[in-house]
Amino acid sequence: MLEVQLSGSLRDAAGGAASIHINAATIRELFRKIVEQHPRMQASLDEGVAVSINGEIYRDDWAQMIPEGAEIFLLPRIPGG
Amino acid sequence: MTPDPKYTKQKFKLVGTRPLRPDGLDKVTGRARYGADISAPGQLVGAILRSPHAHAKIIKIDTSKAEKLKGVKAIITSADLPDLTNGDRGMLDILENCMARGRALYDGHAVAAVAAIDAATAKKALQLIKVQYKKLPHVTDVDEAMADDAPLVQPHVRTRGGDSDKPSNIVSISTFGHGDVEAGFAKADVIIEKSFKTEQTHQGYIEPHACLASVGPDGQGELWVTTQGHFVFRNTCAALLGMEIAKLKVTSSEIGGGFGGKTHVWIEPVALALSRKANRPVKLVMSREDVFRASGPTSSTSVDVKIGAKKNGKITAAKATLRYHDGAFPGIWGMLGAMTSFACYNLENVQSIGYDVLVNRPKVAAYRAPSAPMAAFGIESVVDMLAAEIGMDAVDFRIKNAAKKGTRASYGPTYGPIGIGPTLEAVKNHPHMRAKLGKNQGRGMACGFWFNFGGQTCTDLNIGVDGTVNLAVGTVDVGGARASLSLIAAEELGIPYEQVKCNVADTTSLGHNDMTEGSRGTFSSGMATIFAARNAVEELKVRAARTWEIDVKHVEWADGQATAKGVMHSNLSPLTLTDLAKASPNTGGPIAGHSESVADGAGVSFASHICDIEVDPETGATKVLRYTVVQDAGMAIHPDYVEGQFQGAAAQGIGWALNEEYVYGADGRLQNPGFLDYRIPVCSDLPFIDTEILEIPNPNHPYGIRGVGETSIVPPLAAIGNAVSNAIGVRMDHVPMSPPRILKAIKEAAAAEQEVSAG
Repeated sequence: MLEVQLSGSLRDAAGGAASIHINAATIRELFRKIVEQHPRMQASLDEGVAVSINGEIYRDDWAQMIPEGAEIFLLPRIPGG
Repeated sequence: MTPDPKYTKQKFKLVGTRPLRPDGLDKVTGRARYGADISAPGQLVGAILRSPHAHAKIIKIDTSKAEKLKGVKAIITSADLPDLTNGDRGMLDILENCMARGRALYDGHAVAAVAAIDAATAKKALQLIKVQYKKLPHVTDVDEAMADDAPLVQPHVRTRGGDSDKPSNIVSISTFGHGDVEAGFAKADVIIEKSFKTEQTHQGYIEPHACLASVGPDGQGELWVTTQGHFVFRNTCAALLGMEIAKLKVTSSEIGGGFGGKTHVWIEPVALALSRKANRPVKLVMSREDVFRASGPTSSTSVDVKIGAKKNGKITAAKATLRYHDGAFPGIWGMLGAMTSFACYNLENVQSIGYDVLVNRPKVAAYRAPSAPMAAFGIESVVDMLAAEIGMDAVDFRIKNAAKKGTRASYGPTYGPIGIGPTLEAVKNHPHMRAKLGKNQGRGMACGFWFNFGGQTCTDLNIGVDGTVNLAVGTVDVGGARASLSLIAAEELGIPYEQVKCNVADTTSLGHNDMTEGSRGTFSSGMATIFAARNAVEELKVRAARTWEIDVKHVEWADGQATAKGVMHSNLSPLTLTDLAKASPNTGGPIAGHSESVADGAGVSFASHICDIEVDPETGATKVLRYTVVQDAGMAIHPDYVEGQFQGAAAQGIGWALNEEYVYGADGRLQNPGFLDYRIPVCSDLPFIDTEILEIPNPNHPYGIRGVGETSIVPPLAAIGNAVSNAIGVRMDHVPMSPPRILKAIKEAAAAEQEVSAG
């Protein structure tokens, strides 16, 4: 079971929770199960979310494997200049 | 599927050298073609009518007289740009920013557009369009916009992350951090708390927005445009105009600067809509005044910082509240300020709260490491104040508290290998720090952070029959990337740099490429180029095997040629890339390599800067005496252009710190939309900016590359703030530190001192 840490507006979408617990092996599975548990987070995912897996930030590769016990943070998708 | 991008400690022959850039000659001779440098047969001239009001209801737009003017071929308003966004509020905001829909939301907001046979006719037509406005109350200050009774900029907006469901100018409240800041402050021996303001600035790119649009009655179109990302422009314009993506070909021109400002569409959907209506090509070029009033500058900000530390210099808690304006449309700029604010430090107790706030100003766009410089100004100023209060050297204080591998970042994740510590050590040991200062001179330093990212990338590499190589990339070259990418291709293929020609391909020639933003150009297209070249090498080995009539498993590639392995093949002479290219028509046809990938794992970036400033106490005028940039590049592919990025970012930061400022009148109109009154630094304002490149390899790139384009705009506001404060003995808390503002600070401090003496 992964503890998925939330911050910023993502906490609001999860009803104020600082973290949620989800069993997922890939980013795609993680996103699917997040929406199943917290339908309001669909809007945040549509706007763009990045996933930090053990400190590495993934924005686009949803096939990325998530190791068991990994540190997971959901972050807003970041624009650049 | 992206091949394994892990860093491999590859030894280089070409990477790290400094050959001439391939686009240099065209640029210095004027042959390079920018956004406005192209024309088409039958071309019309486009022009846009803009709101003279900060906030107004559009009662009526009467175009009848303009339509009758000879030479006018098309006039459009929002009625010609129907909402095709299917409930996507973000896309509707983009459309509404391109053309007002019922309300003008800022001074300069487009309300109508004309296409005519020449510029004079287009200008006259604009004068004949009669717009009936009803002026509405406006707000342009970020703090005033947060008040309960402030005029609402977008009545549909509710505060995300807030506890009220009422309409508000506060778009979102975003909180980041960990630990218990109040408990941390209770443990502190010294606490410094201070508020700061920064004014709105523009990226100041020299080339205004410009495009040539052509849409036919068959629904096919072309767009030539100055942009940081033609694929994204294509997708956005096609969606807004109801076009099919494959039928809109977008070609990026050379770009005369963007720095984030050319990541958004402004005039392009308007030009396409005009062309579609007129059935003629339309060229649309912004004036400088238009660029200032109606493209995307950065936020003005209001920031509160509180940091506590023990007497030994260890920070016990840090908190920042950051209020950023988004312009007239929701953004995430305050959130980004909150994410970046304390990222340089290893903190047990930290909290940053970002507010995104709507005001009646143009939509904010990214500006090089967007939102980070303003946050760094407040935080790095307080860090300096805290070090001074404790009696500790400002660099040592930062080194003691610097984040490192394993530190939990203030925005959440745990860092891998990072460069903040090494940049601070390099600053501490730099001769600049030991140079003597004169009267009225001060030295300051500061550090900064930016995320960097990778994204979708697609690259082709085609080998001609003479052995020269065309590298087609989809990321716009904003700072010398074609030279760097050519070096990478040549390195992988084992051929001279001069044998490679890198081009930025149009949108019909490659798969999707994300913008050149987030310092991703060389990181992501560099990765794709490596994989495309390796893909081509595999084909070269196949061709060699066919030539020799041996199994390809006996062929190896090194130094630009194929050799056959093993004693049984020792009579076979090596075949060079040129040999194989020449023979290619009879060994299987053209030889090419290809790569499409998602380049994740860009790795974060840090920089530390040193600055010496002299202040004239009579006038408040400043002179930058010496400036040094230290930044981690991961691996500098072409050091000239890495240094150029460091210097350019520092120069923009210096202008931001000392002079640049959007000035709005009480009527909500921009008072200084031009380079005469909006003062960016010119060469004579700046010293040579020294650079020191650190190379701490990024483990997630085959060559160890980190993005370098943005981070060095983060420290200058604070480094200069600290230098000016040290020079005059008064803490500066408002950017830009223009002469009147410095003089005012000096006089106020003197008056306060006099009052204390008298009392």
